[in-house]
Amino acid sequence: MSKEDEKGMSLIVKTITRLTVGLILLYGLYIVFHGHGSPGGGFTGGVIIALSFIHLMLAYGKEVAFRKLSEAAASFFVSLGAILFLAIALLGFTGGYFFLNFIPKGEPFRLFSAGIIPLCDIAIGLIVGAGLFAIFVALVSLKLEPERKE
Amino acid sequence: MIVYLLCLVLFCLGLYCILRKRNIIKIIVGVMIAEYAVNLFFILTGYRMRGRSPIFSPDVDITNMVDPLPQALVLTAIVIGLATTALLVAIAMRIYEKYGTFDITKIRELRG
Amino acid sequence: MITASNIIPLFVAIPLAGAFLISLLGKRIKRLPDVLGVSVALILCGLSLLSVRLYSIYGILTYSVGAWKLPIGIGMVLDGLTSFMLVTINLIAFCIVVYSVNYMERYTAKWSFYTLFFLMVGGMNGVVITGDMFNLFVLLEIAAVASYALVAFGTDRHELEAAFKYAIMSTVGSLFILLGIALLYSYTSTLNMADMANILAQKGTGNITLMVSVLFLMGFGLKAALVPFHAWLPDAHPSAPAPISAMLSGVLIKALGIYALCRIFYNVIGLSPTLSSVLMFLGTLSMVVGVLLAIGQWDLKRLLAYHSISQIGYVVLGIGLGTPLGILGGLFHLFNHSVFKSLLFLNSGAVEYSTGTRDLQKMGGLTSRMPVTGTTNLVASMSISGIPPFNGFWSKLIIIIAVVQAGRFGYAFWAVLASLLTLASFMKVMKYAFFGELRENLSRIREAPLFMKLSMGALAFLCVVGGLLLLPGVKEVFLQRATDVLLEGTEYAVIVLKGIK
Repeated sequence: MSKEDEKGMSLIVKTITRLTVGLILLYGLYIVFHGHGSPGGGFTGGVIIALSFIHLMLAYGKEVAFRKLSEAAASFFVSLGAILFLAIALLGFTGGYFFLNFIPKGEPFRLFSAGIIPLCDIAIGLIVGAGLFAIFVALVSLKLEPERKE
Repeated sequence: MIVYLLCLVLFCLGLYCILRKRNIIKIIVGVMIAEYAVNLFFILTGYRMRGRSPIFSPDVDITNMVDPLPQALVLTAIVIGLATTALLVAIAMRIYEKYGTFDITKIRELRG
Repeated sequence: MITASNIIPLFVAIPLAGAFLISLLGKRIKRLPDVLGVSVALILCGLSLLSVRLYSIYGILTYSVGAWKLPIGIGMVLDGLTSFMLVTINLIAFCIVVYSVNYMERYTAKWSFYTLFFLMVGGMNGVVITGDMFNLFVLLEIAAVASYALVAFGTDRHELEAAFKYAIMSTVGSLFILLGIALLYSYTSTLNMADMANILAQKGTGNITLMVSVLFLMGFGLKAALVPFHAWLPDAHPSAPAPISAMLSGVLIKALGIYALCRIFYNVIGLSPTLSSVLMFLGTLSMVVGVLLAIGQWDLKRLLAYHSISQIGYVVLGIGLGTPLGILGGLFHLFNHSVFKSLLFLNSGAVEYSTGTRDLQKMGGLTSRMPVTGTTNLVASMSISGIPPFNGFWSKLIIIIAVVQAGRFGYAFWAVLASLLTLASFMKVMKYAFFGELRENLSRIREAPLFMKLSMGALAFLCVVGGLLLLPGVKEVFLQRATDVLLEGTEYAVIVLKGIK
């Protein structure tokens, strides 16, 4: 066994994680992309995406998870998502109104429909997915060494 | 009517927990309980007898839905609650780091 | 739809854009947060002054977000009170950003300070400009959550303790507000404030309005730190870094607390005589209790924080009185208090920056070493205690005259007494900190850096000329319009709904 394998949880957990984590991520993406046609959306899907990375971290330890999504990248994606969302809102001014749905709505229940709503969902999914992961990392990696009282 | 009163009871339980408990983590749990009581109440204001869930789909006609607006609003309120709780937990952990305790009676350097 | 009303959503969009751009790029480029921060604040300041002008040309402006029809979609309203509050918020925010260019050098993560700061400014602007009940709650929470993080910014043990206390109490306040909004929604089935006021007026008031009033009074009272709900303020405001203290004490409690309180009580629910007397009583109580607690403090920033409670009492007394003169005085005092209280907190920050202490007993003779800080502090102290030519005198005078005209001599007595006690406690500050012998260990201290001096000087200038806002011609444009909005009461609904159609 290599050195890396010793970190994290037991072999059973690692194997199951390896098999499921991709599916969880895909399911999260599915929820994000179909948020306008069925229940779900940016927040729900984003939480599932974040959970897939958290899952990876719990099973394999910090290093493996950070290789997929580092802390700096997570905070970058949060800001990027927020900027995207605001940009979509500001682009509404091209039609005269803040937050105007300026893209043709299309046929209901199709993947490409509902104008800006899927774009907003993607932006929100980025914010929530990366944000929850960043919060989790921040809470977990805080070293707790009680300071002695002077 | 009784469900609304139960919501109120839950809210008061949360407030009791905030005011009476000494452990910081328990206070945060109290805040969450009170928050969910309010959210539950808000959802219930949109309820109607035998209404179906407000999901728009191609094969069902739109009749007798429950009010979807409170659900959308509560989703927003839950997200805000998530942010607040995350911040509170982070502060609580930092407090433990500095003071070495979760007991609020021992964390009282500011007063007067 | 007038093209001029396109300015309205910018008050929320620009600070948020600034915040996220700074967080995206500020880590990599060193000077960017300062440059971007100051320019965003300057743009906001200009836009808010423009909004006053626009209001005087076009009258009330409404905006529907995303072109949804108005009582259903999210509405934004720009009226006299809104533009008054916008000017207050953005003017102070600009001065504070200029100040923090130098002051925040001590902290490592300057970019995250600016991010949180502009989130807070965006939230406050949103609270002021929105015409939708739930939107008000969301933006209020954005501002509040950003302010909890800012109080804990230095992660010192006292800061964390204060932030925790503040966050818990303020969250409970938010829960009361949310409960009130849920009740109002279930009663009126609308969230647009104007529409809500309309329906409330038709349905008449009953037990539910009473319940909602009590919930809002508790919720917004907690945010505004009125006396029974004030316990978090004297901890939270002094613990934060000085620019944040100035922002919290100067603007945040007013935008989230006082503004929301008077908007809802005057324009949506309608002010009943009982509510008016409750507000006056709470105001007087805050005024007296705040100043009594302040006078015994030796920590400079803590003393200032108690004075915030006391001065908020004046504002609430004036607004709660409900007569035209009282409301005018209350709003004028709100503006003045933001100016001189921010200045005082910035001064305390400068003193801490140079000497490293906040304890009055360890200072002395600072004017000789720090002339700008000493002079501006003298101006602000005279202003807050109501010495004639400065702005605090005029607003206090108006409030007291209004109270006497209404025949409430008891309240007038307490107001005068609180003013005298304020004078006494600021004489103590001046005597111990700025006048007298220079201490041995302080003989090497330097004056604050350039940007800090600039910002303090600008605020001191506003203190001196603040009284000019009462001149005929100026008063009609700025103060009188804000007062009129509150005076029209629930007629607000009719006016806004007319603007929508």
